[in-house]
Amino acid sequence: MQLLQLLISGVAQGCIYGLIALGFVLIYKATETVSFAQGDLMMVGAFSGLAAMSLLGFPFWIAVPSAIVAMGVFGAFLERLVIRPILGQPAFSIVMLTIGVGYVLRGLITMIPDVGTDTHTMPMPYAGEVLRLGGLVIAAEQMVVIGATAILCLGLFAMFKYSKLGIAMQAASQNQLAAYYMGIPVKQINGLVWGLAASVAAVAGLLLAPITFVHANMGFIGLKAFPAAVVGGFGSLPGAIVGGLVIGIVESFSGFYLPEGFKDIAPYIVVLLMLVLKPNGLFGEQLRKKV
Amino acid sequence: MRFIFKTDYNQDVKLAKHGGHVFWYSLLGLFLLTAPWVVPEYWLAQLTFVLIYAVVGLGLMLLAGFTGLFSLGHAAFLGVGAYTQAVMVNAGVPFPLALVCAGLFSAIAGVIVGLPALRVKGIYLGMATLAFGFIVEEGMARWESVTGGNAGLMVGYPAIGSWTLDSTESFYFLCLVVAVGATLAIVNLLRSSTGRAFVAIRDSEISAQSMGIHLARYKTLSFALSAALAGVGGALYAHKIQFLSPEQFSIIQSIDLLLMVVIGGLGSIHGAFLGAIFLIVMPQLIALGKDFLPAAIGGAAGLQGTVYGMVLIAFVLFEPMGLYGRWLKVRTWFQLFPFYRRGLFKRQKSFQKSDRLK
Repeated sequence: MQLLQLLISGVAQGCIYGLIALGFVLIYKATETVSFAQGDLMMVGAFSGLAAMSLLGFPFWIAVPSAIVAMGVFGAFLERLVIRPILGQPAFSIVMLTIGVGYVLRGLITMIPDVGTDTHTMPMPYAGEVLRLGGLVIAAEQMVVIGATAILCLGLFAMFKYSKLGIAMQAASQNQLAAYYMGIPVKQINGLVWGLAASVAAVAGLLLAPITFVHANMGFIGLKAFPAAVVGGFGSLPGAIVGGLVIGIVESFSGFYLPEGFKDIAPYIVVLLMLVLKPNGLFGEQLRKKV
Repeated sequence: MRFIFKTDYNQDVKLAKHGGHVFWYSLLGLFLLTAPWVVPEYWLAQLTFVLIYAVVGLGLMLLAGFTGLFSLGHAAFLGVGAYTQAVMVNAGVPFPLALVCAGLFSAIAGVIVGLPALRVKGIYLGMATLAFGFIVEEGMARWESVTGGNAGLMVGYPAIGSWTLDSTESFYFLCLVVAVGATLAIVNLLRSSTGRAFVAIRDSEISAQSMGIHLARYKTLSFALSAALAGVGGALYAHKIQFLSPEQFSIIQSIDLLLMVVIGGLGSIHGAFLGAIFLIVMPQLIALGKDFLPAAIGGAAGLQGTVYGMVLIAFVLFEPMGLYGRWLKVRTWFQLFPFYRRGLFKRQKSFQKSDRLK
């Protein structure tokens, strides 16, 4: 029974990592760069949800979609402002740029007087409810995270697999020039991707809010989502979820069975092993270029 | 305009290419040698930090700027060097020997990290180094019998024989000697076949491989040398700061180091020094600027992060070659006066292609 309880708490935690990793994978799949600002976008998403509820007084069911849409617009705006001018530069420039964007977002939120340095609780209608199954205890927050992650993952997977837009995104990431020739508006696609990624980040932030509370440094959990994305294979959406689950479960078990301290580094040990043994991840594509 | 007439083959080998080099570098050397008597003590301490970070920056520059391998966990090497030095000096090992060991241990750590680097590249390498950084940081916090854990570790003064370097001035000269030595070593390394191999790997792995460069060997070597320099820098850092705790070597420090080489200018030796100056002077400038801002902005906690982020964004957008690139443009403007064209340093845009196909 204890084993099962550990497993469930690991799965719930893993779903959060998977949810954040979805944002990484989305950006990687569509533009082949890694966004280090994803965690901070998530934080801004949570704060915007909070603002919509407490400042504007929106009810929960309007506040959440409006925060998600607002973040989507913000993401697209961010792309237009800083990412598009360096389109065509080495991918590493964009990585550095997103680190800078992350710094600025975190700094700006911290600078808001009386709000930025505090820890807030988000009033969620399902907060505090608990489901009991026999001897198992599952918090409603965790159930919502698991459910939302599954839906989001399925939706994005279907988009990349079946919709014209998703396939255009993948084409743009694999070869920009060829994508242009095929009539794909690469710039607009990029803007759309960053908007979508910011929306996914907002969803993650809102779901995470009742569990970790809302504060300016909550974006650092994004650093644990990197291992999730790597374990699953950076370019694979189901991989992100599976990777997140693996990381979550490893973390919860090592926290219980191994000496203190291993809980925090277990994900990174898994990642190092993964990179040595199977660098493309569990679901990574095996592609070879013919010279 | 300057024309260099070559009358001797040895001119190609000389480090100083013309009289201007000799003049300006002599002036710089003179300033650095007389700094303890000219510069106030506070700024001398800052100058020492610049030299220490420059040594670390040289290492990261070799790895990121010249071999094209980006490390997101370089603070771990810094930490390994710093703790090795602290533990050995506290145990009574003479300073020079401890310094060598600090570099050596870091180099070994570098080789260990370099191993996965042989199979992965791009962002995966970043992840591997990031993971390594976290593991080392946690290790430093948990191995309490040696590192003192989160309570921290005090470090004594460096001593060579019976001579203790306990003044700001003497430690400054120690750092100066190490920094100059490291710079000369890197400059000469980059002119050797090894350095050329590094640059070839950066520019194209496939073409480097087909020219007979052993990728695995040179990548590991680059990691080892880079980590060794970071370790030596860490050893000096330990003596300068005199108190070590694991959170000094966190991911924030790693990103600061990366920021340093990017803002300094990737792929230039000068960049490591300019970046180090930036990293040390920037907080001071922010502190000075605070007085001129309204209290709501100037007193806010996030100001430094915001300014750092904005500067980084501005550099990536407008000056991807960093401070050194800006200097290069100014110099060229003067050298070519009045023939400087605006498009002279125009960046070549390229269409991005997938990294996944290798």
